[in-house]
Amino acid sequence: MLAAIFVLVPLLAIFVYLVIKGLGSINIAFLTNTPKPPGEVGGGMANAIVGTGLILAVASVIGLPLGIGSGIYLAEYGRNRFGDLIRFTADVLNGVPSIVIGIAAYSLVVVPQKHFSAFSGGIALGIMMIPTIARATEEMLLMVPNVVREAAYGLGIPKWRTTLSISLRTASAGVITGCMLAFARVAGETAPLLFTAFGNQFWNLKLNQPTAALSLQVFSYAISPYDDWHKQAWAGALILIVLIVGAVAAVRITTSRGMLKGGA
Amino acid sequence: MGVGIEVHGLNAWYGKSLALKSIDMSMAADHVTAVIGPSGCGKSTFVRCLNRMHETIPEAHAEGSVKVGEMDVYGVGSDPVEVRRRIGMVFQKPNPFPTMSIYGNVAAGLKLNGFRNRKQMDELVERSLKLAALWEEVKDNLHKKSGASLSGGQQQRLCIARALAVEPEVLLMDEPASALDPISTSKIEELIFQLKQHYTVVIVTHNMQQAARVAEFTGFFLMGSLIEYDKTEKIFTTPADKRTEDYITGRFG
Repeated sequence: MLAAIFVLVPLLAIFVYLVIKGLGSINIAFLTNTPKPPGEVGGGMANAIVGTGLILAVASVIGLPLGIGSGIYLAEYGRNRFGDLIRFTADVLNGVPSIVIGIAAYSLVVVPQKHFSAFSGGIALGIMMIPTIARATEEMLLMVPNVVREAAYGLGIPKWRTTLSISLRTASAGVITGCMLAFARVAGETAPLLFTAFGNQFWNLKLNQPTAALSLQVFSYAISPYDDWHKQAWAGALILIVLIVGAVAAVRITTSRGMLKGGA
Repeated sequence: MGVGIEVHGLNAWYGKSLALKSIDMSMAADHVTAVIGPSGCGKSTFVRCLNRMHETIPEAHAEGSVKVGEMDVYGVGSDPVEVRRRIGMVFQKPNPFPTMSIYGNVAAGLKLNGFRNRKQMDELVERSLKLAALWEEVKDNLHKKSGASLSGGQQQRLCIARALAVEPEVLLMDEPASALDPISTSKIEELIFQLKQHYTVVIVTHNMQQAARVAEFTGFFLMGSLIEYDKTEKIFTTPADKRTEDYITGRFG
């Protein structure tokens, strides 16, 4: 019990501190304007909020199917040497510092394309999501009792259909949690975006252009010499946390509601 | 209507160890055949060979001839998925799909095999639940309650309804009542009695009274071999083999 309370303390402390420091700077202008040049008062992080969404969308498009797909392979087909190799690789990839992943995405995507882009940032974050999701999906599928699979085989349901519609569905709550953890973890990443998405002071919705992200904006504002920017950095950090918590909560609520509906 | 089953020279292995030794056995259509024997005698392996479930276990395989009606189960080009669609199976432990409603459980075999006609599906689900003697207990909660929320006995009848919904010709039951209390067990036995009007039923049981109650024919397995196979009455009153007599009189097993 005491240990459980201590888990809450850092989270609450961070959150309360962010609210105290950041809430004052959040207003309509902050949420709808782009940054002003140094020296001018006002300006906001609207482009960074949208940019973060854009980059995370790209990351999810890459990370979710690849992560879940490899998790399914590992659990249902990967009881062999090749599976062990994949497991080992995933665990190592999980431990690779995020800045190294950023450098990899820089040299593989940014250099050939010759410019920074939301796309390259999404790739870096997507790669970071894969091992977490793959291992979580595998663990959750392995927890599905074998008798459930046998029941499906006994009904004449092919193996691939059983995996997708029975096993994955039975494990869905855990798989979704794994996906949200991976998502939340990369959502606040800064290092992999430094030389991929790069940041941008203006609006950009194109995937192949340098793009602002909340984490990048917070970083550059926090190390700037301007008082006004420091306040905005706090506000940006608060927005980032609220968005992540909001996204996770929204997914949780919609999936737990839809669980029993729709039959098979 | 059910169809008969003809088994010739069936061998089954787990890895390198031989679990079934050259079994010959024929089961009559629309009758109940019981398979009895001590633990590890191969009786479960035997029924799992009839619908090719045996080979879903890693390193397990089977050889021989099994004919279910016109279907050659181990014939060249025979598809195990198709085989299992036509031979229903009920397992020892009730195993409803945990995330699905009662309706979803019964309809699963149809839906996941591409059956789309909603109205026909409703009828099939209702018919199957009635056949499994569960309809009256669940009809008001078909979509609201999950299959896993039912009692053990109800879950097993749900599993029977699920197997019946895909309209098999044969129903295999692997100790269907061994995890249930006496009342649920008698319900399942009553149900088996009803089912033989439409299906050929093969039931594995370690409970000899149960075999005597529900089955017309009984086969006694010992160490991977079929020792004796005859009318149930004969097996339990005047067995031909000394080992059968020893087993049913409780001298071993």
